[in-house]
Amino acid sequence: MTAAEADEVPTPASSWTVRTRTRLSRTVPPGQLLPDRQPAYMASWIYVFGMLTIAALLVVVATGVVLAMGGVAWWHVSPTGHFVNSLHLWSVELFFAFMVIHLWGKFWMAAWRGNRALTWMTGVVAFLASIGTAFTGYLSQSNFDAQWISTQAKDGLNAVGVGAYFNVLNPGQMLLWHVTLLPLAIGVIVALHLVLVRRHGIVPPIDAEAPADDAATATGGAR
Amino acid sequence: MTTTAAAPPTVRRRPRTPDSHTFPTRPYDLVKELVVALVVVALLTVGLAAAFSSPDEKAITLSDWAAAAPNDVVATAAGELAGTTTSAGYGPPYNTAADGQMLGPLPLQKWGGVRIPVNSAQDLVVTPLSRVTGDAALSAALATWTAATPDQQTAWASAYSDALSKAPNGDPTAVATGDYGPVPTMSQAFLTLAASGGLEGMLASSSGTFYGSDQTRPLLLLSDGSYLEDQARARHLGGDQWGMMNETGNYPGQPWMWLYTFWYQIPPFSTSDNADALVWGLMMLLTLLLLLVPFLPGLRSIPRWIPLHRAIWRQWYREHPRPRA
Repeated sequence: MTAAEADEVPTPASSWTVRTRTRLSRTVPPGQLLPDRQPAYMASWIYVFGMLTIAALLVVVATGVVLAMGGVAWWHVSPTGHFVNSLHLWSVELFFAFMVIHLWGKFWMAAWRGNRALTWMTGVVAFLASIGTAFTGYLSQSNFDAQWISTQAKDGLNAVGVGAYFNVLNPGQMLLWHVTLLPLAIGVIVALHLVLVRRHGIVPPIDAEAPADDAATATGGAR
Repeated sequence: MTTTAAAPPTVRRRPRTPDSHTFPTRPYDLVKELVVALVVVALLTVGLAAAFSSPDEKAITLSDWAAAAPNDVVATAAGELAGTTTSAGYGPPYNTAADGQMLGPLPLQKWGGVRIPVNSAQDLVVTPLSRVTGDAALSAALATWTAATPDQQTAWASAYSDALSKAPNGDPTAVATGDYGPVPTMSQAFLTLAASGGLEGMLASSSGTFYGSDQTRPLLLLSDGSYLEDQARARHLGGDQWGMMNETGNYPGQPWMWLYTFWYQIPPFSTSDNADALVWGLMMLLTLLLLLVPFLPGLRSIPRWIPLHRAIWRQWYREHPRPRA
């Protein structure tokens, strides 16, 4: 042992870094964050829609970023801007289509089983936040649709007192919600959703027994 | 005497959902799946955008409105002065003219408070008119209006509004003679101001800001008239035409809002004065149910009763048939 090694001070267990790493590895053990294997029962096209939703979300964000660079009026006056707006619109339509199929798939799989209730709930919240984001997008278009939708929507929001704080007739406020607050919320919720999915793994088929239990049952053993 | 303890009743418990990590696995390339999904979605998006583009119908300006429906502009100005327009009698968050809608016993609209104050007569009509210069007749009319009592102002404006509604096509030039005070002059000047294209700026920046990013007042004014709704209905966007979820042209709009929009199409919502509050209340309840499905007996059992999952996991169920009881 060298003198330098002998003098090396061990990291105390109270280190915030150690505690954070321990907490992270306890939340999603190493290997579960990005596994290269999945349970054999995960064999259906319905599983693809979760990933398609993520992919569509990335395209929505990317096209939204390009639109944001041009500013509010760009897409009204530029053919390129209009095409980017079309990309943004259709990626949003695809995003919702994939997400709704994913949601229904998870419902019929009763995917909240096995301590996965929070995974289901974060998915529902992500869906709601996405509806809010799309809605504020429609209000931020600065065209006839934005005028009509905002003047119609104000009554619903005002009727429950929300309109006093969330003014759909104020495109400045709606645009900021659309491009910052709500996307940020969706990003955080989706990240949490994915961490929960990876932590708990893919939900087993309804009434499936673990292989060890399966063998015990087959030989008449107790569960 | 001895007694024999009764055997505890047998409780059939559903087996716990096993840990997914205990099942046999197979190779699965998540990163490849994401990249392929990204390419597919990107190509689909480009294809749909190239094929169908996106709607962008120009916003209606107040000068467009003045040019297309001048009588509606005059009628709206008179209505604002009379306090009979939607915004004038709205209640919170714009004013205290009404309490607003109730959700059962809860006056949620009133609880929201008047946080976006709008005095329709003053803010939407009189203040913009007072900024017009070089019109002696208008200046005199405004002076007469300002000097009059509120009751007199209302009497003039109401009489003129009524007369306009009875005139052929609401034509101000065909209005019967009456005691309308300065209201006809003010309404006509308002039409001229709207036609000039300067009214939006006056309304948007009337709260004293240079950057008029808040369009609350122009939009309230526009929706107080009938022209905006006429244009929307012509495009099948009315509230009773599933308008909230649609957009101009043959585009999908917001189909994910179908359930919210659906309630407006049927009684009691379609006929209730509290329709908005009721629909919101119902949607909040349904949303809560969706959120809490994992904990709600009955709802959470639906996937067992309607076994679509057997199609999803058909390979597993084929290879692992249920042992016979």
